[in-house]
Amino acid sequence: MSESLLEVNHLDVVYGRGRSAKQALHDVSIAISAGETLGLVGESGSGKTTLGRTVLGLVPASRGSIVFDGTDITRLDRRGRRRLATELQAVFQDPYSSLNPSMTVSDILVEPLIAQGVKRLDADERIRQLMASVSLPPDSLTRYAREFSGGQRQRIAIARALALDPRLIVCDEPVSALDLTTQLRVLDLLIEIQERTGVAYLFITHDLAVVRYMSHRVAVMHQGRIVETGDTGVVTERPEQEYTKRLLVANLVADPEEQARRRQLRWALG
Amino acid sequence: MIGYLARRLATGAFVFVAVTALCFLLLYVRGGEAIARSLLGSQSDAGPEFVAAKAEALGLNRPIPEQYVDWFIGVITGDLGRSFVSNVEVTAIMATRIPITLSLVAVSLLLTVILSVALGVGAATRGGLVDRVLQLLAVAVRAIPGYWLALVLVLVFALGLRLFPATGYVPITTSFGGWLASIFLPSIAIAIGNVASVGTQLRGAMLDVLRQDYVRTLRSRGISERAIVFRHALRNAAAPAFTVLSLEVIGTLGGAVIVERIFALPGLGNLALTSGVLGDIPVVLGVVVFMVVVVVVVNVLVDIINGLLTPKARVG
Amino acid sequence: MSADLTGTASAAGTGGRPGLVRHLLRSPLAIGSILVILVAIVLAIAEEWLTPFPPNSVQIQLTNAPPFTTDYLLGGDKFGRDILSRLIAGSRGAMVGVLIVVSISVVLGVVTGLIAGYYGKLFDSLGSWGAAVLMAVPGIIVLIALYTLVDASMEVAMAVLGVLSSPSFFWLTRTLTRGVKSELYVDAARVSGLSDARIVGRHVLIAIRAPIIIMTSFLAGTALAVQAGLEFLGLSDRQRPSWGGMLTDAFANIYRAGWQLIWPGLALGLVMAAFVLVGNAVRDALQGTYVKPSRRARRRQIVQLLGDAAVTRTLGTRAAPMAAGSERQDSGRPGQEPLLVIEELRIAYPRETDSREVVHGVSVQVEAGQVVGLVGESGSGKTQTVFAALGVLPEEAIIAGGSVRLDGRELLGLRPAELVAVRGTAMGYVPQEPMSNLDPSFTVGAQLVHGIRAQRPEMGRRQARHLAMEMLARVGIHEPKRTFASYPHEISGGMAQRVLIAGAVACEPKLLIADEPTTALDVTVQAEILDLLRDLQRERQMGVLLVTHNFGVVADLCDRVVVMREGVVVEHGAVAKVFHDPQHEYTRMLLDAILDDVAPRSSVPRERRG
Repeated sequence: MSESLLEVNHLDVVYGRGRSAKQALHDVSIAISAGETLGLVGESGSGKTTLGRTVLGLVPASRGSIVFDGTDITRLDRRGRRRLATELQAVFQDPYSSLNPSMTVSDILVEPLIAQGVKRLDADERIRQLMASVSLPPDSLTRYAREFSGGQRQRIAIARALALDPRLIVCDEPVSALDLTTQLRVLDLLIEIQERTGVAYLFITHDLAVVRYMSHRVAVMHQGRIVETGDTGVVTERPEQEYTKRLLVANLVADPEEQARRRQLRWALG
Repeated sequence: MIGYLARRLATGAFVFVAVTALCFLLLYVRGGEAIARSLLGSQSDAGPEFVAAKAEALGLNRPIPEQYVDWFIGVITGDLGRSFVSNVEVTAIMATRIPITLSLVAVSLLLTVILSVALGVGAATRGGLVDRVLQLLAVAVRAIPGYWLALVLVLVFALGLRLFPATGYVPITTSFGGWLASIFLPSIAIAIGNVASVGTQLRGAMLDVLRQDYVRTLRSRGISERAIVFRHALRNAAAPAFTVLSLEVIGTLGGAVIVERIFALPGLGNLALTSGVLGDIPVVLGVVVFMVVVVVVVNVLVDIINGLLTPKARVG
Repeated sequence: MSADLTGTASAAGTGGRPGLVRHLLRSPLAIGSILVILVAIVLAIAEEWLTPFPPNSVQIQLTNAPPFTTDYLLGGDKFGRDILSRLIAGSRGAMVGVLIVVSISVVLGVVTGLIAGYYGKLFDSLGSWGAAVLMAVPGIIVLIALYTLVDASMEVAMAVLGVLSSPSFFWLTRTLTRGVKSELYVDAARVSGLSDARIVGRHVLIAIRAPIIIMTSFLAGTALAVQAGLEFLGLSDRQRPSWGGMLTDAFANIYRAGWQLIWPGLALGLVMAAFVLVGNAVRDALQGTYVKPSRRARRRQIVQLLGDAAVTRTLGTRAAPMAAGSERQDSGRPGQEPLLVIEELRIAYPRETDSREVVHGVSVQVEAGQVVGLVGESGSGKTQTVFAALGVLPEEAIIAGGSVRLDGRELLGLRPAELVAVRGTAMGYVPQEPMSNLDPSFTVGAQLVHGIRAQRPEMGRRQARHLAMEMLARVGIHEPKRTFASYPHEISGGMAQRVLIAGAVACEPKLLIADEPTTALDVTVQAEILDLLRDLQRERQMGVLLVTHNFGVVADLCDRVVVMREGVVVEHGAVAKVFHDPQHEYTRMLLDAILDDVAPRSSVPRERRG
């Protein structure tokens, strides 16, 4: 596993202190290689978002380590984080809250560049390229983020994540707030970017269909633990763990006969 | 619920100690000599040894923390000390004044609650004219000083129409009607400002609650509009309005000082003013104690009411 | 998936608007107020050169001189001094006082609020305690004491007032900062490596700027009032003319020359009003003004936009005849019509001068005992359609046309009281977000009992309680007694949805309308809730109208499906037929976007989908 881009080893995360302490992650280990998508599936409260946020340094780890490209990044200071920002980026779930409504698209995209000390002129050139790479017209740069639809906003968020040419993007439910058709277009954009740039994704979602579409490998989370990891085809078709099986049969299929069959399977599992 | 109550009471106690300590420090910080000299102000020929003796007699030469602790122990046992000027017990001086200020506060609070609920609920459910009146009132009251309004009330209702006495106070034990008449105009002068803020807050909260998902669900169950407004919406909107009300009480106490002056009511506000001019620190501190107690009690009460109204607050 | 309630996305948010200044300059009230403040500032700066007479000079013969008759333009006071000159001279003290209060209060409150809100923990506790203490200080008494006992100047007193009023800025800043800090865009900025100072500068300050301006202008008004109040009580340097002091002089003179109250009162009122109106104008520019329209005004607006019929459909008739008539006519053919008929339904929302239609003539039918899925993406008008059937559209909505019949009875145009009787007993409603659909202030049981007794007034409290308990058990809650006594925040989302289903079907409605009933739930819970709905539907032979965006839900539960797009039905039919042989291009596109049948992406790069 030494060629992994990101390695999370025996990670524990505890929120709060004393009697009100709540352990969100128990002994979690994952690894992602360069250019790969690892899907992280789980229900609400399973800890999948916490894991993503811990990798991003937004939540402190209580125990264990996070290693990025051979460097321990578990407890980085602000300066270390800023350096890491060129390698590790994020796309969040809610396209409404993840873009400041009172900033223009141009301001939003320039932010990560300025933090790295890029000159304004170079930055302007860069964000023009970014807009093209997410298929948004360059004239939207002067408009406010609130003027865009959900799908377009998510494209802006992706462009922001790409601004520094990162090697890993943590995508936290990036399409769950979008309509079906928009969702597919955003997923295709993410895949296309991956094939073009070789970026790796930690792709967090609750939707098994989405995870099958996006991921090379899948990790299933339940109550703060990883219950099963493996190749997407294997995990989503021939799972070994009881929980994964239950999750699979509970997933709805848009086909009346197939869905009736799944229902029977689910009842059989009890 | 008991833990919640205990926490609220502890907060109240802390606030009481902190505020009285702060005020104590402010008033005594000039040092015993200076205070004694200003008390002897009229006898300007008093020699330094005379001033020192005065300060010594009043116990002003001790360190301030020590004075505060002594004073505070007195407060707990119901002893606010004696007036520097008349040597009468402060509690005795305040005893005749408290009913007046308390009447003002109580009646104006009652008026505030009644008018705020009527206007706030009316504006949020009926809209139209009621809403316009409330919104206009909110701006007008902010722009018109309370005492200016009080002056106008005196001019119009007391001096002009002669409906109410312009000045003076009738104890409730003497005549209820007379008491109400003497307290009504000043209470209105105080209440109008409160109604503007509490009523606007209630209106906003009501509008907000009436747009909540659960109101739609309650409607879908065939619950009448009346029950939805008064049983569900008002209850959920009440908590933030009560919080604003508790803030207004503090303002009310301040406003009472000026209103008492305009209507010549011999209340605590007037007492604080005259004692202040005379340099009678114990009496001023007595008034401070009373005001802080009222504020703390009201805050704790509001917290408890809010706890009863919003079950979620009890855990947090 | 956000509910497509009005179809018009509200662009709320407290961020600064680029058009704010322009917006302000369009309001004559705002311009006037700004001018008044500017004049007051100019007077305050240049008072020495602008007073026609020295403010303290006395001309005995002009004592109480009436205004506009002598050299004293606004008249003379009881000592024979020029009122106008004293007003002008008093402006400096007034404005300096305001400046002191406002600057101390804003700086202290905003800085501490930013620290407490952004860093939280110890800073937050310290700040909050401090603010609580300051707020409990009886300000006026302290100010009086400062004056009389400590011989403080007006400036010192105003500084103390500034400190005492800083908690409001503290709370405002702290709350707003915490709100901004929890926004994902701040997380994104942190991931990008922005420093705290930069985040505060770029994100937090933008969001709190406008509310601070508003509060500052209100505080300026209050500061002026308090200062004048203190002067009115006689707590100022009598040598320096002040507006409050002039009020005192006039008040003492009230029986001889009551008009003297007018000038200082007017000066104070004008400047205070100007401060408040500027604050108000900023707020209006940001949030817009909203006066809730009265029923009459609504009626007028709807008639104007869409005619009389729309009024009746939207607000209900006042007189009974029409509804009763149509009922008689309809009840002549029971059973000939499906359970629920929505016909040519049109829903519109008023705009500034016209209206915008969001549902354009939608027709949906539900037979008794049948489950119909209403599918569409956000903005398709599916939720609007069922809300119209339930009579729970947002207040602004107008039903421009069409008909909704339940069991042959026309529902549009019923009087509100009649509609109340139909709800619950004839049709039940299961909402989307379980948590936000329970009243947080009542126990689960109290809400159920309340609903049951509204529908079955003949039931006693104990009977209703019994039925509620039974229903809780029926929807699969293991400890009905405990859940009955729980508050909504004490139960899980899945449990809350069961409670809501119990409430919807308690009085055995013939029709159940469910709006995305499983969207907010986890997949395993979703499957259980769908099972429950299926069982209940079979057991009671209910007709069900199910709104969803999820074709999996349709496949699991529905007999028929209606596909909507942008307020129009594009296709409807039996579920199997629509799934296997979609006729409309849009349906095909939706079905194609489903990822169920794609091959999993594996470690080996996969062929791209065409």
